[in-house]
Amino acid sequence: MGLAVNPHLLEDLTRHRQVLLVSGTNGKTTTAAMLRQAWGPDVAGNHTGANMPQGHVAALVESESPRVVLEVDEAYLGEAVARTSPRGIVLLNLSRDQLDRAAEVRLLAERWRHDLAGRRGVTANANDPLVVFAAETSFDVQWVQVPTPWTKDAFACAHCTRPLHFVDDGDWWCECGFRRPQHCRARIDDDGMWVGDELVDLSLRLPGQMNRSNALMALCALQGVGVEAHEGARRLEELTSVEGRYRVYDWRGRRIRLVLAKNPAGFGEALRSVSHEESVWISINARLADGRDPSWLYDIDVTSLSGRSVMCSGDRCLDLATRLTYAGVGADVVEDPSHLSHGEGDVCVVANYTAFREWRHRLETS
Amino acid sequence: MRIAVVFPELLGTYGDGGNALALSWRARARGLPVTVEEVSLDSPFPDADLYLLGGGEDGPQRLATDRLAAASFRERVANGAGVVAVCAGFQIIGTQFSVEGDESYPGLGLIPAVTVRGTPRAVGDIALRVGSKFLVGFENHGGRTSLGEGLEPLGQVVKGVGNDGRVDGARAPRVWATYAHGPVLAQNPWWCDEILAEMYGHSLEPLASVADRLYDARVAALVS
Repeated sequence: MGLAVNPHLLEDLTRHRQVLLVSGTNGKTTTAAMLRQAWGPDVAGNHTGANMPQGHVAALVESESPRVVLEVDEAYLGEAVARTSPRGIVLLNLSRDQLDRAAEVRLLAERWRHDLAGRRGVTANANDPLVVFAAETSFDVQWVQVPTPWTKDAFACAHCTRPLHFVDDGDWWCECGFRRPQHCRARIDDDGMWVGDELVDLSLRLPGQMNRSNALMALCALQGVGVEAHEGARRLEELTSVEGRYRVYDWRGRRIRLVLAKNPAGFGEALRSVSHEESVWISINARLADGRDPSWLYDIDVTSLSGRSVMCSGDRCLDLATRLTYAGVGADVVEDPSHLSHGEGDVCVVANYTAFREWRHRLETS
Repeated sequence: MRIAVVFPELLGTYGDGGNALALSWRARARGLPVTVEEVSLDSPFPDADLYLLGGGEDGPQRLATDRLAAASFRERVANGAGVVAVCAGFQIIGTQFSVEGDESYPGLGLIPAVTVRGTPRAVGDIALRVGSKFLVGFENHGGRTSLGEGLEPLGQVVKGVGNDGRVDGARAPRVWATYAHGPVLAQNPWWCDEILAEMYGHSLEPLASVADRLYDARVAALVS
């Protein structure tokens, strides 16, 4: 309610503080946690993922720390940038997500482009054409080349609608001249993680390629507030879990790995992380916070599950089971997931937003 | 039967690939021959029996329309190929549609349907009465579509907006069009089978699957 009382509350609360913002479709909460961890002790932030203005105000009231990291819902980036005078803005990626309540992803990119015009301090993913379109109006952008497997929302050039050309190593270009930025500050390649000419040694404890990408974006952005990449990397190695994500639970004698995935790009990443030894349980809801439309289940690449059998739970377990059946993946509908504890072996649970919260509660309390 | 999924990189915003998956799975389960080909912008436009057009954002929708107008698509449809057109795909096969503000754009003219911008955007569950059955799905579009004389809608809206709050989609020989986007054929197995029966030219054996349970659950949730 704070914003209704005083529209300048965010400005007042961030005055004389160093603020870093992070936005994008996937990885906001994790990257914000990385930024806080790698920046040093006593960094304020909206830990729980409340990433709209109310959540920003709440986080800023709660702590007086001079250093602040805020994750920002994609639709509120312009407002957050205008009101918090950030020292750095990290732009991770843009892809389809909750299309029933959010704008189409291209409109979002256009809004960012407008809101970021002339700004400084942007660190942006050079391999994501929609992010580049959004950030290229800013000054002195620090471009970072990180693996970005999902490019299905960027096939038509954001400038001229001609089809973009993509190359395996992440490069892309269009006949109209729109292309991946040529001068990148940092990159990930076969040799590892580079910031400038320096190879950064990082043993990240969070799993997956996506988290390596998030880490590099974070380290790069922190240079803008005086944190050396190696120094940040040492601190990052202490991060083991973010708001229950990536945690491994011992649930009634079974080892359960809980993974949050909210959209096709995130699901692809989650399913790539599943090992052959693990059973796969997927839980899908379609409540307000999840997006009411589960059509996106058909945009997930489920080929890695073929030949396996998946336990389907959640409010929309039948949508999920139908989707998997049509793809030739075995699907067992489970009305009450509590019964699953009777089996044996390790499990990877992949769940979307509210289903993840339910699983987390179940694993922590029963 | 050869199914062609048209420009999935442009017209595939809402899980539209699910329709090809449902058609081919339900055909194969009955031993009927079927192939599915994805038509990309770079590939030559294929000869197919059934073309699937899905949903897309404004810029991609315009690009897809330009490419289809330049390809042999209309000719193939005139020669008897079928079309399942969903959301933006439905707008594209009409005579005219509006994107990006109120600027109107010529469609492919396969059916006499005109789409203008409408507010508010229609976002939510949709259910239609189609003959004695229900068709259920989700819609997310900013179009209001009026059908020209002689063109039948697909069904009467009982929940949601569809073309105008009263009816949804369009039905012409070998043309099935609706605003119920994405995997509408996956959720409505009876409709998927009706399309298959018409394309193969004979009736089909019943086929039980978890999709029946999904359909029953969605009808129960949307139609009281």
